[in-house]
Amino acid sequence: MKDIAIVGYQQSDLVSDAGACNEVEMIIPVLGKLYEQVGITNAQDVDFVCSGSCDYLQGAAFAFVMGVDALGAVPPIKESHVEMDAAWALYESILKIRMGQAESALIYGFGKSSPGELPIVLSQQLDPYYLAPLWVDTVSLAAMQARMMLDQGLITEQDMAEVVARSRQNARRNPHAQLAGDVSADDVLAQETFVSPLRKADMCPVSDGASAVVIATVEKAREWGIPYAVISGIDHCIETHNLGMRDLTDSSSTRTAAKNAGMHNGAVDVAELYAPFSHQEIILTRALGLDSNTSINPSGGVLAGNPMMAAGLSRIGEVFNRIVSGEASRGIAHATSGPCLQHNLVTVLEKA
Amino acid sequence: MSQPEILNQAFELAYTYTRSTGPVIGRFLTELKKRNIVGIKASDGRVIVPPMEYDPDTAQELSEFVEVGQEGEIVSFAWVKEPREAHPSDKPFAWALIRLDGADVPMVHCVAAGSEEQVSTGARVKAVWAEETIGFITDIRCFELV
Repeated sequence: MKDIAIVGYQQSDLVSDAGACNEVEMIIPVLGKLYEQVGITNAQDVDFVCSGSCDYLQGAAFAFVMGVDALGAVPPIKESHVEMDAAWALYESILKIRMGQAESALIYGFGKSSPGELPIVLSQQLDPYYLAPLWVDTVSLAAMQARMMLDQGLITEQDMAEVVARSRQNARRNPHAQLAGDVSADDVLAQETFVSPLRKADMCPVSDGASAVVIATVEKAREWGIPYAVISGIDHCIETHNLGMRDLTDSSSTRTAAKNAGMHNGAVDVAELYAPFSHQEIILTRALGLDSNTSINPSGGVLAGNPMMAAGLSRIGEVFNRIVSGEASRGIAHATSGPCLQHNLVTVLEKA
Repeated sequence: MSQPEILNQAFELAYTYTRSTGPVIGRFLTELKKRNIVGIKASDGRVIVPPMEYDPDTAQELSEFVEVGQEGEIVSFAWVKEPREAHPSDKPFAWALIRLDGADVPMVHCVAAGSEEQVSTGARVKAVWAEETIGFITDIRCFELV
């Protein structure tokens, strides 16, 4: 089996409202920078393209097809899409390469969440008979999860506030971050609760943005002569959609995916975790068994900016950046989907 | 030459179908209409409310229904200070995971209460029915503190 590597990553600035800029206009500059980074001209220079987006955000069926306008798909290209975070588009692209049908692939994800009321939009992706008709929003579901952990003494509000403070501080070194600053845990705790027990600071912001990655076989990466990080493992697992049957204080699917992806075969210098709520970073850190030897969310994570359908792919890109810069030798990226960390994907990246 | 017969068919642009909810979800919703709440036994005997068609752990098809109580206890909750327009209440309320008497698995619904201080994990609640029940999850209008 051919080894596969990440050879390029770019993302847009994360903003609370991109205004009149539409999805295609958000994607095009990101792809332009990525082509330049990899040294290719356009999407014709890769064998496969796969995107991740959500029609619910745009409010129209097959809205994702418009994203293809950003590629200039003439002459025809081999293209696919997942109605998921683009981290899963990367997963599909890896399968495509492993099957021998491609040597390289371009993956992009985009989300413009600002026009709608995101927690309510996401409520319509829940169980269509038991939950969606109630319009129970995803923030409230996460708040119930947090209270369970607080009630059981697994975390304190101070622990949650410290996650937020570290995110804001780390994000000061991330030029694309939406929320960054010299924020302390005490500053967070001084805030009133919003959907109790969560404070607004415990929640990721609503963001507009896009990101993109190019992957290729290691042979192709060498031929291109550019820095790369090897994808040594990737796996994803999902838990039941019945929230009442899950242990919401743990993430068993993340633990299984990490094990299957080979996370434990070496040291983890850096971990980028898709934790849309502060307490979920603690759940993930514990499920993965990470300790102080691992730098967690050096980019600030998604508490610093959460472009739906791109944020999971960006976690992979952030780990790639740290490996090619020499800051880390080995790292993991986590992506999530569904309420309260239902579906989780873990990617292991290593220095070439 | 005679005119050919022109075929005509009225067309209504709409979702002109209703969806069957099947023997498990349909049974639950039909019982709601009658103001009863039923669950289903999982492979290991746990009672799941609302009922699921398949056991998420064993994938076994489930069929043994159990009537459960209309009262239960709060397993966890979120207090909504500023209800959203789509929410079932325009006054502050709680979303909760509620384990009904006779059930093992909690269900998500809303709890009406005057203030956050009145709600707690472990608090007893009971179902409040809508004036008219139609076989929808919203036939349970909300739960209220006992």
